[in-house]
Amino acid sequence: MAELLIRNGYVFDPLNGIEGERMDISIRDGKIVEKVSRKARVLDVSGMTVMPGGVDIHSHIAGSKANCARMMRPEDHWRDPEPKTKYTRSGVGHTIPSVFTTGYRYARMGYTTVFEPATPPLKTRHTHEELNDIPIIDKGCFPLLGNNWFVMEYVKQGRIDELAAYVAWMLEATKGYAIKIVNPGGIEAWRWGRNLRHLDDKVPNFDVTPREIVRALCQVNKILNLPHAVHIHPNGLSEPGNYQTTLDTMDCVHDIQRESGPTMHVTHAQFTGRKGWSWADVRSGAPEIADYVNTHDHVSIDMGQLVFTNVTWMTADGPAMFALFKFSKTKWFNADVESETGAGVVSATYKKSNYVNAIQWGIALELALLVKDPWKIYLTTDHPNGGPFTAYPRVISWLVSREARQRVIDKINKTARRRLDLPGIDREYSLHEIATITRAATAKSLGLGCKGQLGAGADADIAIYSIEPRKIDPAKDYKAVRKAFASAAFTVKDGRIVVKNGEVVRSVQGRTFWTKPEVSEGIMKTVTSDLERKFDDYYTVRMANYPIEERYLTSSQAITTRGDV
Amino acid sequence: MTDLVFTPTRQFRIPVTAECISPDFVAGKSLREIELTQVWEGNRRIKLGSLFKVQGEIGRTLDDCTVKITGNVSAVRRIGFEMTGGSIQIDGDAGMYLGERMQGGSITVTGNAGSWLATQMRNGQIEVQGDAGDAIGGSARGGTKGMRGGTITIHGNCGTETGAWMQSGTIRIKGNCDLYAGIHMKNGTIMIERNCAGRVGAQMTGGKIIVLGNVGGVLPSFQFEEIRAKAKVGDEKIPGPFYFFSGDVNEEGKGQVLARVTDNSDLKWNERLIER
Repeated sequence: MAELLIRNGYVFDPLNGIEGERMDISIRDGKIVEKVSRKARVLDVSGMTVMPGGVDIHSHIAGSKANCARMMRPEDHWRDPEPKTKYTRSGVGHTIPSVFTTGYRYARMGYTTVFEPATPPLKTRHTHEELNDIPIIDKGCFPLLGNNWFVMEYVKQGRIDELAAYVAWMLEATKGYAIKIVNPGGIEAWRWGRNLRHLDDKVPNFDVTPREIVRALCQVNKILNLPHAVHIHPNGLSEPGNYQTTLDTMDCVHDIQRESGPTMHVTHAQFTGRKGWSWADVRSGAPEIADYVNTHDHVSIDMGQLVFTNVTWMTADGPAMFALFKFSKTKWFNADVESETGAGVVSATYKKSNYVNAIQWGIALELALLVKDPWKIYLTTDHPNGGPFTAYPRVISWLVSREARQRVIDKINKTARRRLDLPGIDREYSLHEIATITRAATAKSLGLGCKGQLGAGADADIAIYSIEPRKIDPAKDYKAVRKAFASAAFTVKDGRIVVKNGEVVRSVQGRTFWTKPEVSEGIMKTVTSDLERKFDDYYTVRMANYPIEERYLTSSQAITTRGDV
Repeated sequence: MTDLVFTPTRQFRIPVTAECISPDFVAGKSLREIELTQVWEGNRRIKLGSLFKVQGEIGRTLDDCTVKITGNVSAVRRIGFEMTGGSIQIDGDAGMYLGERMQGGSITVTGNAGSWLATQMRNGQIEVQGDAGDAIGGSARGGTKGMRGGTITIHGNCGTETGAWMQSGTIRIKGNCDLYAGIHMKNGTIMIERNCAGRVGAQMTGGKIIVLGNVGGVLPSFQFEEIRAKAKVGDEKIPGPFYFFSGDVNEEGKGQVLARVTDNSDLKWNERLIER
């Protein structure tokens, strides 16, 4: 019986309403408990901040396109090598770290759960192979369903129950966690060299619209009682004027209410929150989006913060990536069009002097500061699109300190500075709110009751940072905050100390979460007979070989839900 | 002028990475300090003194510091890494990444040099009496910045991707050259005195490639402009005449490829395109 007592820390646990109270946390066998025996090992963290382990809702860390990016960008490897230590393996990569390094770097920042948000269903076996090898952190992946032929056919025929059964089969087959939609219908159009920009454009050959796909999948999400909302990346990514499409996408499901939380999570809202008609007059659409989110409960968003550094753009949105490639004139990789989706990878560098980049930087911060409820907005950089996940501490420093923001505002493009509302926003996040947007709210949104909180029964995933909240003012000492969040004093994973003073001291295996929705046998029979025929006609694999066996996951953790069908 | 002589104590069978064999590192140090310097042999740390016999005098300032290497060091990488002055004389074959990111001084090799010679070089002179490998004066893999200045002279032949992503400076090859000379080239000059295997200047956006022998065919994305009487490398005038092509059109490039008329009879049909 392994016991650990974390003593005298200032605890921030938003889900249990604890805000900076000095208290002890007891751990037994990887779980948080009320009390431990006297024999327990004691970790004295006087003067430090204790938070639940970080939960990242959206970070492209594994899978086919992450690997394409690694192949395409050898320069990313030699620019950032990391030698092996006694406990860790060596690795490389600034924007797309190699598999092991990804786990170590997350753990060093006190993150313990990360979700890969876009995996092509046919290639998810590969995603799981990489996830298996990412050490320390718990993880999961969202299969892409927004451009799937079966989905679009069921939507066209209006067979929502069959669609629900298909999604249930798909989640179990791919060991996926939630429904992900990327550019609904647009990637199908990309196969014909086109794109869909608005919610009511017709998908070629299928006679359905993105609106119908989004609505149907949100209904399915409700029917299956899935733990997370539908995770959606709307049409028209990164095009000027796309904020209207984003608002339409949010509004098209306003009548679908989910009991356990929002119906829809609009991800990396920075990339889909732009006003204007052209690149020259692109403006921030953040006020409108924030206003919508403030007044509606069926939607949550994440930032997709941009950081001025070298990045890799990587998304399943193939057409958007091609458009950006023409803009950036660097390197482009088109992938996954042979599977049920598409993908593009482009290398790029964000510059403060660039007008569009500066506006993008401002949009994400405006979103974070204008959305009043921290339970509705989460911190991400859409790693590696807006910046690598290692930039989170920097983003935190911008959120907690107006002064830190002002330092960047003074250096960005002058026209952008004039056109952004950001310089006039005074709000500063408290450490409690930071704990909300980085762990509590994301865990709640994902429906992971055992994460993001420090109540009895929760997983003992804990991050301890060396800042004393009563002594420092984050708004002034933002550098200390940034430094503390960059290298956790301790990271505890499942009750074991894995990081000490920012260095990994132990490598453990994390779990892979997936959802197993149960539906009635009758409807599953109808759907599987449909599928068998289609697999024989269209797929390169037989249906029996398609599902990923549970034993393929090194440490599998299924979450069973009961569908209403 | 004082010489410091390195002699390999054995034949290296595993690659050795020795950035420390450069005038910048040795200048002002004692023999003992140099011998005790740690280098990588494969994946092991080893003292430089156990790989090389080090003798001679060490120059006090960088400019009168000459590093001589006698023997085969074709397995030793990164000699002259980031050197800013002085000189290196290699009496034998040199390994990969010789003169990487070199900023000044000179390197001479009597034998052959390996691949990635003078990668991302900024300034200085390199002369190789024998052959050289691939991607000389180029960028590291995936990078988009090749050599930025200086001169490379190869008396023998060289491999593929000579001067990839080159930004400035001069590369002169007295022998033959393999495929893709001047790929992605942005500026600077490459002169090849004998034949090329082809695909010269693929995706180049600027700069000049002069081929005195057979060019091995010009890519279809290059446009024939005119016949020029002579070409220029720095102040030196090379007598022609030359077929003059510009490109790469796919990249909206303004690069120049000049192929000497005498050895390129297969390009003669272009002469019909000249307006009379």
